[in-house]
Amino acid sequence: MTALLTVLVLVFITIAIWQMIKIFDLAQAKRDNSQVANDKDNTINGYLMMGFLAFIYVITIISFVKWGDLPLMSNSASAHGPKIDSLMVISMVIIFIVQIITQFLLHYYAYKYKGEKGRKALFFADNDKLELIWTGIPIIVLTGLIISGLFAWSDIMNVDESNDPIVIELYAQQFNWKARYSGQDNTLGKANVRLINVDNANILGLDESDPNAQDDIITTELHLPVGKEILFKMRSQDVLHSAYMPHFRAQMNCVPGMITQFGFTPTVTTKEMRSTPAMIDKVQRINKIRAEKSKALIKEGETPLERYEFDYLLLCNKICGKSHYNMQMKIIVESEEDYNAWLKQQKEFKDSLIKN
Amino acid sequence: MSAHADTHAHDDNHAHHHKETFVTKYIFSQDHKMIAKQYLITGTIMGVIGVMMSMMMRMQIAWPEEPNVIFEALLGKWAPDGVMDADIYLALVTIHGTIMVFFVLTAGLSGTFSNLLIPLQIGARDMASGFLNMVSYWLFFLSSVIMVLSFFVEFGPAAAGWTIYPPLSALPLAQSGSGMGMTLWLTSMAIFIASSLLGSLNYVVTVLNLRTKGMSMTRLPLTIWAFFVTAVIGVISFPVLLSAALLLIMDRSFGTSFFLSDIFLQGEVLHYQGGSPVLFEHLFWFLGHPEVYIVILPAMGLVSEIMASNSRKPIFGYRAMIMSILAIAFLSTIVWGHHMFISGMNPFLGSVFTFTTLLIAIPSAVKAFNWITTLWKGNLQMNPAMLFSIGFVSTFITGGLTGIILGDSALDINVHDTYFVVAHFHLVMGISALYGMFAGIYHWYPKMFGRMLNKNLGYIHFWITAICAYGVFFPMHFIGMAGLPRRYYTNTNFPLFDDLSNVNVIITVFALIGGVVQLIYLWNFFSSIFYGKKAVQNPWRSTTLEWTAPVKHIHGNWEGDIPHVYRWPYDYSKPGHDDDFVPQNIPMKEGEEELHH
Repeated sequence: MTALLTVLVLVFITIAIWQMIKIFDLAQAKRDNSQVANDKDNTINGYLMMGFLAFIYVITIISFVKWGDLPLMSNSASAHGPKIDSLMVISMVIIFIVQIITQFLLHYYAYKYKGEKGRKALFFADNDKLELIWTGIPIIVLTGLIISGLFAWSDIMNVDESNDPIVIELYAQQFNWKARYSGQDNTLGKANVRLINVDNANILGLDESDPNAQDDIITTELHLPVGKEILFKMRSQDVLHSAYMPHFRAQMNCVPGMITQFGFTPTVTTKEMRSTPAMIDKVQRINKIRAEKSKALIKEGETPLERYEFDYLLLCNKICGKSHYNMQMKIIVESEEDYNAWLKQQKEFKDSLIKN
Repeated sequence: MSAHADTHAHDDNHAHHHKETFVTKYIFSQDHKMIAKQYLITGTIMGVIGVMMSMMMRMQIAWPEEPNVIFEALLGKWAPDGVMDADIYLALVTIHGTIMVFFVLTAGLSGTFSNLLIPLQIGARDMASGFLNMVSYWLFFLSSVIMVLSFFVEFGPAAAGWTIYPPLSALPLAQSGSGMGMTLWLTSMAIFIASSLLGSLNYVVTVLNLRTKGMSMTRLPLTIWAFFVTAVIGVISFPVLLSAALLLIMDRSFGTSFFLSDIFLQGEVLHYQGGSPVLFEHLFWFLGHPEVYIVILPAMGLVSEIMASNSRKPIFGYRAMIMSILAIAFLSTIVWGHHMFISGMNPFLGSVFTFTTLLIAIPSAVKAFNWITTLWKGNLQMNPAMLFSIGFVSTFITGGLTGIILGDSALDINVHDTYFVVAHFHLVMGISALYGMFAGIYHWYPKMFGRMLNKNLGYIHFWITAICAYGVFFPMHFIGMAGLPRRYYTNTNFPLFDDLSNVNVIITVFALIGGVVQLIYLWNFFSSIFYGKKAVQNPWRSTTLEWTAPVKHIHGNWEGDIPHVYRWPYDYSKPGHDDDFVPQNIPMKEGEEELHH
């Protein structure tokens, strides 16, 4: 229905444009038919340039006011998150200063120097000093950005394994995620997709004879203890996937045939995140939208949408096939006690196998 | 004046003895001007297909899984009851990307204007090899047909994204589009690459060897510099994509394991061992990144030329412009890794690629400032081509700036593969390159068809397109920063993103208006071929050589001798001359000095 309405609106817009063109054409046909811009065209389009500059500024302001709180820029839930966020904010500020100035110059000059018959332009072919200025300034700014970016990058990517982080495997397949905890020994058992045996429920291809594998725990929900460093080892059994955990500012591809890794320390429990003012706002907003949609659904005799409650998510962020859009796993960050209690309830690998 | 004095002209006159038939003139033509038009019209048709695909994707995202009469009409069995299928959504994503990047913005843009302008602006009778040029076009045509035909095979076209990363693209079991559809995609692209290489080699040889007397490299218009460097990048990087495609074909059809290893799919272990998908990513992006410069450099060249001509001023910093083209070209071949920060490659490589990538911002900034300075104290003639050129600079800046975020590996972690990326590259190389192409078409239409495009239609086309382009892609950055991944058929499975759905509706409305408005341009383009106002020889009062050739197209471009060149191409408003432009073929006056360096 909405689609049909849109199509109708588009048709009307088309007709309206058509009429405008006709009027333009009729108004000008007699005076000048060269199809080369004359002074009148220069003036109109010069003013339109200023109008367009205003449009760019307005859409920038609207975007920031209306959607500026959408971005995950201030509520990161990992130890390295604020580092990325502050670098992002610095980059954004620089970008917007440059954007506002250059767009102003471009459009203002287009307006100010709009052509007039008989006027001659200034012959100004080159100026080494100017070129030096606008080669030099970007070099200085970029050097700063590059250096701070590189420090942040190497901090995030180089996980210090001597700190004994908790090792968890993220296992990707079309179209779901599994997590494998390394158990008491904190060492993941050897695994290869060639060892997968569906008949005895060895679905991740663990080496059944490897002692390290015996106490591994395979789950479909990812629980993390707050404040502990986690080292994720990623594996994929079929195609490329990408483990994207936006709230933790974490992402790494899962590549069949190799193990990739990413480490971070969660700092905010799910419960704490749910009670931050920003998140309460967001959830309220979302539930309002969902309630409205539900009303329409009930009218059509369908089941209404469930109320939304915030949870951290692991999403697939590399195109992986038909159901790519629905490949997700819930992440729960909790206190260490809760985490340990939960872990105790899970079956160890050696007990999960079906013995014939 | 005897045409026989010139050997090229002699060859050409010889050719005139053969009777020209419809087939040799309009179909299997070896004349660069006709081939340019063939490229343009084929590119336009592919563009219409590509844009229609994007409009369908946008409708699906805004109103997910709702029945839509348009889907039912256009997608047929892939939209049962008008609801788009998830597989076909990914196919639309894939083919839209492929068509727009390669068929419209590489072949349609570079093919059209390199062919049209290289011989005319350097003062040559034709390309170095008219025959290879013809073969190049027809290979392009063949590859276009195959790409479009892939929509009609049983399990649908390729659907693994335009980057066709294996294993998804290698295994029909992983995705229905990876069967016959992917075979056709690879076949089409292999032919396309052959076409592109023949074209590029021809451009390089022509620019190096066939310049008229006096046309030194430092007197070439910036268009030619851009086409020349683009062709060089193409020759360097396209063969690497060809090799990646061939290896992928072997993995798919002959059981090799270049890109595949340890795969368990649909209940069985596949035999592949020892390959790496990351290798494919390296090979792909070794072309894939230079490719975006293959797209944008010709647009930069066209815009530089049009801006100078319509500002009635020399382009500011001619030498700096050439140096920055060369710097961009060089850097473009060593930055491909910024597409792969989180691919699993060594993080140290990520640091190296962050460094090289952010360096590209420097020559890009130089170009942007030089364009802005070109406007300063000019006498701007606001022809539609000029509006699109100004629009180009505007979107190039807006889109380019966010590259600073994406090129920074630490920041890329969180926005990689989100709509932030989609917004970035559409502005900086999609919309910008399209603007460059439109600018080129409005400017050189009189040269191509001997008639003028209607300027009022041009103004309406530009202004509505400009508003829609920002309306689509500016808000898109924000939903990307909110963490919304690209290439999702629908976002309804993530209540987390529910509050982005109204933004998506706004974006879609702008996209639909922007798409429909292109009909104005198409009408203007095709009707003006027959009914447009007849063009004069030099309607924009430009200095370059193509405007010294007669309006009517003749084999060999100039009757009589080829013009000689006595000055650089940007003598606009030069002091000491009455006119505000001095064409390149006018000898220097006694005592006249070059006022640039």
